[in-house]
Amino acid sequence: MATAIAQPPAQPIERENYLNKHYGVGSWLLTTDHKRISLLYLMSITFFFFIGGFFALLIRLELLTPAGDLVQADTYNKLFTMHGMVMVFFFLIPSIPAVLGNFLVPMMIGAKDLAFPRVNLLSWYLYVIGGAMMLHCMLTGGVDTGWTFYTPFSTAFTNTKIVEAGLAIFVAGFSSILTGLNFIVTIHRMRCPGMTWSRLPLFIWAHYATSIIQILGTPVIAITIVLVAVERTLHLGIFDPKLGGDPLLFQHLFWFYSHPAVYIMILPSMGIMSEIIACFSRKRIFGYNFVAISSISIAVFGFLVWAHHMFVAGISLYAALMFSLLSYSVAVPSAVKVFNWTATLYKGSIRYDAPMLYAFGFLGLFTIGGLTGLFLAALGIDVHVTDTYFVVAHFHYIMVGGALMGYLGGMHFWWPKISGRLYPESWARLAALIVFIGFNLTFFPQFILGYVGMPRRYYQYPAEFQVLNVLSTAGATVLGVGYLLPMIYFLWSMRYGKPAPDNPWNAAGLEWQTQSPPTTFNFEKEPVVTWEAYNYEEIDAHLLNARPDQEAPRVG
Amino acid sequence: MSDSPATAIPNQAHGAHNPALLHHFATVEQQRDSASLGMWIFLATEVMFFGGLFCAYLIYRRWYFGDFAAASKSIDAALGATNTAVLICSSLTVVLAIWAAQTSRRALLLVMLALTMLFGVTFLGVKGIEYKQKFDEHHVPGASFNFEHEEIPGRPGQYANPQHAQIFFALYFIMTGLHALHMIIGLGIFAWLFWMAWKARFTPDYHTPLEIGGLYWHFVDIVWIYLFPLLYLIDRHK
Repeated sequence: MATAIAQPPAQPIERENYLNKHYGVGSWLLTTDHKRISLLYLMSITFFFFIGGFFALLIRLELLTPAGDLVQADTYNKLFTMHGMVMVFFFLIPSIPAVLGNFLVPMMIGAKDLAFPRVNLLSWYLYVIGGAMMLHCMLTGGVDTGWTFYTPFSTAFTNTKIVEAGLAIFVAGFSSILTGLNFIVTIHRMRCPGMTWSRLPLFIWAHYATSIIQILGTPVIAITIVLVAVERTLHLGIFDPKLGGDPLLFQHLFWFYSHPAVYIMILPSMGIMSEIIACFSRKRIFGYNFVAISSISIAVFGFLVWAHHMFVAGISLYAALMFSLLSYSVAVPSAVKVFNWTATLYKGSIRYDAPMLYAFGFLGLFTIGGLTGLFLAALGIDVHVTDTYFVVAHFHYIMVGGALMGYLGGMHFWWPKISGRLYPESWARLAALIVFIGFNLTFFPQFILGYVGMPRRYYQYPAEFQVLNVLSTAGATVLGVGYLLPMIYFLWSMRYGKPAPDNPWNAAGLEWQTQSPPTTFNFEKEPVVTWEAYNYEEIDAHLLNARPDQEAPRVG
Repeated sequence: MSDSPATAIPNQAHGAHNPALLHHFATVEQQRDSASLGMWIFLATEVMFFGGLFCAYLIYRRWYFGDFAAASKSIDAALGATNTAVLICSSLTVVLAIWAAQTSRRALLLVMLALTMLFGVTFLGVKGIEYKQKFDEHHVPGASFNFEHEEIPGRPGQYANPQHAQIFFALYFIMTGLHALHMIIGLGIFAWLFWMAWKARFTPDYHTPLEIGGLYWHFVDIVWIYLFPLLYLIDRHK
């Protein structure tokens, strides 16, 4: 195989591409090129990822010992609040859509750009403004309510910067809405000739489903934030029971967005999984239609399960029963995906390159996260483990084990296309392994901690919980190394990495049929698609027939 | 094929500095469809944005019906009805403006856009009078809010709970305030459309900005069509 895919030696002079076409700060800050905006997002979200990670590190350090010795209760409350707000609103939600989606959605459907390039740039500026407000809020005192800012604590009691943090999230929310809007219009209207709905890469289907949630869910939390800000500023009783308001209404409105928001994080990651697993198994994805439709059904069902966050909040038993049942039903499309990925692996010629290692990590971790989600959807068990570390472990298995593993896998898979350089493969495999081990060491003990009764959001705990907490903190350290490594070798590869061929993985998909890195308009001429998605059998047949000294054939 | 003339006209008619065919679209048709779909999706977002407020409104209206009815009765329904009529007229002028562009009647187009803005400004003026009344009556939520001894309609001798009435007024000001904000943005959009029409940018083949600006304007009108009965007409007949 290695001989068959041999590429001609890299050309001495770099071809013109989107990176070297223009230089200067202005050419970046005023760009409307989706690929450059994607890199702007990459830099901004990486910045916030390390801020959020820093808070996580402090939380884990505090929990190393049972006593509250590193920080006191008030600071600890702020730490976990800012960790949650930064990671959810400024890293996870924009991560895959705004970086990889921005880069790949137009390329995968054979378009020159997103439908609204200037709106795309506007969305990045909104993100930056929201992020700057959040930074200012953190530097001048922060918030201590938890990322959920439940009322009436957030509106009538705490004296921290609720309104400012809320406005930051409000502004960043519009950035997310505009990204979703842009994707939906682009996927509907900008597909190249022959790119039918049933030929779309599953990455596109996943982003379509994500965008639906972004445009329909985000405005609800935006208006909820407005109501919280008004109530807090004018001392009204919209959510304050003392003044006739309904705190449960806040929770309903909040989770109406914030539960589907979890699917904003995980669906794009699932899209990446479909691409990577098909490519490194050299097989068409098993049950394409089912995987595509399952993305849409996750988005739809995702809107109908929010009250499972409120089982102990005093909602009616009948409502709880319905929401429990509906929460179970989300497991069906999720399981469809996992089974179809494993069926794709079956009898595939599997290669263990770095992206695939992340994909394997995702499969295991997402499955654990998903199955423990069923525990929490069950009314009886949920009452037992509500607000314990069991919940914390569960959603980190989804958000970090699922969404973040997918993001990293995708970054490795498409990095040669994005940067035009190859990263050092052995370092990348090592990093994938470190992340997997570090992640499990951090969060698996938390399942046990939660199940035996350690509540979340406390800065002290009984001494008998210490061993598991030490394991978790040790794991977090390993995990931190695992996250630093890719950043280092990605940066290193930009200067010293070997130039990447156009299609280093012999992958299907239009994005691989143009040069690496692509030109500003992506394709020399508009592609015409005449083949089905994931036609790996055809690609490999071509490769086998090709003479070793020939350039790898383009498919189609 | 309708594509080729459609592609050619805007390039000839508008020269270099125009919003016609952008580089990443293949045809003007594709560009127009994208713009229109984009606005529809944006409006779906707006529906959800207002939807959260309507949800809160409906819950409290059911809980505190009498208090809400009393509070609603204190608002001048005649002003609200006037504004409803004004907005319905403005929707008509928007449609006529688009028709004028489609049939190359530039003078009519300018008149209709101006009338639309005039109706919009009238609406905001009436809204201002209404807010002034509420301010004078101490019905603005906050420190000086006062709604003592207001009878619940149809229940003589029973007074509304000021705290619950305050929730009504909070929702009233947030909902109508957000709506007014949308009107102001709409006026900005229409001022821009007027300027474009003044510069003769619109042709029967290219008037996408008018269409999507019109969509937005109609949406703002429709929100008002819901706000008016919900806020002004609770239990009026008693």
